[in-house]
Amino acid sequence: MNWEPLRLTFELAMTTTIVLLVVSVPLAFWLSKTTSRIKPVIETLVSMPLVLPPTVLGFYFLLAFSPNNAFGSWINEWLGIQLVFSFGGLVVASVIYSLPFMVQPIQAGLTSLPPSLSEAAATMGKSARIQLFRVLLPNIRKSLLTGIVLAFAHTVGEFGVVLMIGGNIPGETRVASIAIYDEVESLNYVAANSYSLILFALTFALLLLVYLLNGGYLKRFWKW
Amino acid sequence: MVEVRIHKKLGSGTAQFTLHTDLTIAEGSLLTLYGPSGSGKTSLLRVIAGLLPPDKGNITFQGRTWFDSEKKINLPPQKRNIGYVFQDYALFPNMTVIENLKFAKSKSAPDNIIADLLDIMDLATLANRKPATLSGGQKQRVALARALVQQPDILLLDEPLAALDMDMRLSLQDHILDAHKKLGLTTIMVSHDLGEIMKLSDTTAILKEGRITQLGPPGELFMEKHISGKFQFTGTVLHLIQQDVIYIVSVLIGNNIVKVVAHPSEIGGILPGDKVVVASKAFNPVIYKISGNSVSE
Repeated sequence: MNWEPLRLTFELAMTTTIVLLVVSVPLAFWLSKTTSRIKPVIETLVSMPLVLPPTVLGFYFLLAFSPNNAFGSWINEWLGIQLVFSFGGLVVASVIYSLPFMVQPIQAGLTSLPPSLSEAAATMGKSARIQLFRVLLPNIRKSLLTGIVLAFAHTVGEFGVVLMIGGNIPGETRVASIAIYDEVESLNYVAANSYSLILFALTFALLLLVYLLNGGYLKRFWKW
Repeated sequence: MVEVRIHKKLGSGTAQFTLHTDLTIAEGSLLTLYGPSGSGKTSLLRVIAGLLPPDKGNITFQGRTWFDSEKKINLPPQKRNIGYVFQDYALFPNMTVIENLKFAKSKSAPDNIIADLLDIMDLATLANRKPATLSGGQKQRVALARALVQQPDILLLDEPLAALDMDMRLSLQDHILDAHKKLGLTTIMVSHDLGEIMKLSDTTAILKEGRITQLGPPGELFMEKHISGKFQFTGTVLHLIQQDVIYIVSVLIGNNIVKVVAHPSEIGGILPGDKVVVASKAFNPVIYKISGNSVSE
């Protein structure tokens, strides 16, 4: 069995999750605090990937990232990165595709904390940054973990977006989900089955972890 | 000296009103804010702390401008050096008691202040406990200690004792009074408890729909008749029973129910639920009817 698609899947999921964490924490913090009129618009945009067919997203990425377009050629010229049919492009697309899975749990966690926590820290002379990192985030560990696991799992399960903008380049964009499709096309059911089983087991394990942790089952278990 | 001259629209829909104060608080004074819920007491504290920006007006502290709508000055809470004890205590759940105190300590504060406060507040044995494992009274002591660690110029207390039982209340009232006097603080406290107000504060402001309707020493505000009493207690009327020509009034004072005999002229408009003062003068002759014409038919 060729392990490359699986390695690529994890690499993509890992990179995407890390980038998402960096992007989502400030975004969720802003969304949880702001009274701005554009808040609902931003929230809608963040949630769009939940309901939009991945092919729609992939199609527009394809147009935007294409070197024939202003944005694509600008990226290509200034950063020397080609985003179509490349790993870098997959990361960018995955970050946007999995954004709601990271932002929403963190935002919900932050909103659930009493406002008096950050207000108390403010009266102690602490900046918004210290409030966020020392008071707010440590108290929403479960939400952070939920966001991390869901974003990771969702990226593992990505197919349509990858197919549109990544294509099927071995070692570059041929992730496990694409490999399964490819093996089935060439009637190689055994290989398709081994990829599928691994993804199935992994996804099950990841989601189980979230439910165990958030349900407090592990805590109860450890107490004994 | 703190001067608070502000306008702030509060509430929404039909319950809208304007918080409008012109209040000067002397340094070292302990002011209590009293009034029905929704009259703007907490909002006034938040305005002073910088957590709620007024619509217009100005706030100055010792000649320094904290807020001025005309000059567009609004000092953030971080720069006002205020100790705020929130109604829900706002202890950081991820930190132990001592970590909560350490977080609040500024670099300039002496290092022994935390140990001292843990000692004074009787918290030394709880230092390594997380807030979730503490009782209400313990949490309240931590919140007060944490506010004092900051060595604030002004201490703001939002009904800090509301959720506690009577014994705990009394002991924490002493803690607050002690800290207020020892540290020379200017303290502003929201309270619903007349006994507490009488015991702690030198000035009381009564708020109604965002306006201070009365301001003065609590003794004068709550005992308009100036009874030269030897004993006096405040309490809540539980019920009134008319028996022949007198009334028997049951009053809840602290956690005791006291029955007081009253003449109809004293009853006036007293209804169950009212706050009353029960006072006993040095000489208090009582006249009972023993025999004679029956009044009742």
